[in-house]
Amino acid sequence: MLRYVTWRLISLIPVLVGVAFIVFTLLYITPGDPARMVLGDLATDDMIAEFREREGLNDPFLLQFGRYLYNAAAKGDIGKSYMTKASVSSELRASFPDTFKISIFAILIALILGVPFGIVSAVKQYSIFDSITMVFAMVGMSMPVFWLGLLLILTFSVHLRWLPSSGLDSFSAMILPSATLATQSLAIITRMTRSSMLEVIRQDYIRTARAKGQRESVVILRHALRNAMIPIVTVAGVQFGVLLGGAVLTESIFSIPGVGRLMVSSIKMRDYPIVQGGVLFIAFAASFVNLIVDILYVYIDPRIKVQR
Amino acid sequence: MENVAGKNGRSPSRVLKVLLRNRLAVLGMIIIVLLVLGAVFAPLIAPYDYARQRLDRGYETSSKDFWLGTDEYGRDVFSRIVYGARISLAVGFLTVGIALSMGILVGVSAGYYGGKMGGVLMRLMDILLAMPSILLAIAIAASLGPGLFNLMVAVGISNIPRYARIARGSVLSIREMEYIEAAKAVGSSDLRILTRHVVPNCMAPLIVQATLGIASAILNAAALSFIGLGVQPPFPEWGAMLSEGRQFIRELPHLTIFPGLAIMFTILGFNFLGDGLRDALDPKLRR
Repeated sequence: MLRYVTWRLISLIPVLVGVAFIVFTLLYITPGDPARMVLGDLATDDMIAEFREREGLNDPFLLQFGRYLYNAAAKGDIGKSYMTKASVSSELRASFPDTFKISIFAILIALILGVPFGIVSAVKQYSIFDSITMVFAMVGMSMPVFWLGLLLILTFSVHLRWLPSSGLDSFSAMILPSATLATQSLAIITRMTRSSMLEVIRQDYIRTARAKGQRESVVILRHALRNAMIPIVTVAGVQFGVLLGGAVLTESIFSIPGVGRLMVSSIKMRDYPIVQGGVLFIAFAASFVNLIVDILYVYIDPRIKVQR
Repeated sequence: MENVAGKNGRSPSRVLKVLLRNRLAVLGMIIIVLLVLGAVFAPLIAPYDYARQRLDRGYETSSKDFWLGTDEYGRDVFSRIVYGARISLAVGFLTVGIALSMGILVGVSAGYYGGKMGGVLMRLMDILLAMPSILLAIAIAASLGPGLFNLMVAVGISNIPRYARIARGSVLSIREMEYIEAAKAVGSSDLRILTRHVVPNCMAPLIVQATLGIASAILNAAALSFIGLGVQPPFPEWGAMLSEGRQFIRELPHLTIFPGLAIMFTILGFNFLGDGLRDALDPKLRR
């Protein structure tokens, strides 16, 4: 097991280097001189030339990328904000906890509601419950996150005045953003649970379990669900990555000072190092989540042998 | 089992028959047809020009003159939504066009030829897949700058890996088929084998993905416009309209509600159709 985890961690390196390469290239081709961005409009040409020399901006592309990579790996330094002059990594570290908080809360909502809904839908296939759940799931998948967030604010904050529309200070403040963020994942997890369960409950061993006189709840929860779990966990893992990324919109709607809102405000200010750093950071986080999901597989389904 | 007419031995007319029996898929098709008609005949349907300002009639709610009210500049919301269908459909079809054609090129060459080049291409796709597609699109759009064309390129590129992976997966199994061997034996060129036999046979899963992909492309494009990276004013992109209406959400919720409904029904239409197509093309996954 330890060897597997080590091997997976090592195999993560080329992916992350690749992500860093793409992000760096995008930053490199972005129009506008970083030196002028940092120094401002009042800087003289001499000041700009000196800055470019000092920061190595005149070096060849690959040399600059190598240095970016070295700084990122050795010092965790992925550049400086044009606006605040603070390091990108410190800005990201300050804002990540909020993003993580609503993402965790959202994936929990999606799993706690989505899995039972999916199971009941599958067990009662073609029932009214199934039809209603599936239509709701489809609507949930089709709603723009940012629109849903605004509608929830309109309903629960403006009209009913039940819940706050911004911030993350209290539990009640977390409800609307987490619910907004969770909706799409909830829909996807519900659909996945249903189709995965449908496939499993037609298997012979389920019939055998019933024939043995097992209670229906044991058949469904112990025999069927356990075998249907792999695709559900896969989707949940992917969705958690999507949530971390999707938080960009939710955070900007609910004024939550997370990575997403930092990125959106940086886009507006053309503070590109933050934008690219945020992408890099979330890609890192999403890759780690995938790794954890792969490790979970082995626990859920002992038939999956640890490979290599 | 396998034949050249379709990977699952289903001819287009048979697929259509199965599709027409699926009520939700039919509903999806109706929504899409209405949207396309609305986009094509926008000048006939919309009572006003999308950019026409009447500052004396701003901030109005629904009325006989302005069915869905007006925005801060007195522009007719209904007309803007009708014209907005043009942008959203163009974004949906063109981005998926970019992603699908590049994805087929990458996936088919990686799958058919394999080797080092194929390995490198697929690793590149894995790297792109490591980033949530909306974030990749944000990163690309931030580099290219705002604008409709850049928006389509950004969303298009961010979706290439999905199609490449599906294409490669299908090609790997098709490559081993007897009819490919037969085609090689009679001296067909690689290009002919690829275009006549391989690509047509891996289209079924790609068509399903493309239909669902149009939905997510429109959604991502609206999201990018919402945060200011996509279509710029005065063009009536639905996401951008939402973003403009957002500041008046307390007083004038119609500015937020109607563009959002337009996005939702469009996405719903493509999702219904995509689901139906999957059921029709891939009997294994049928309910």
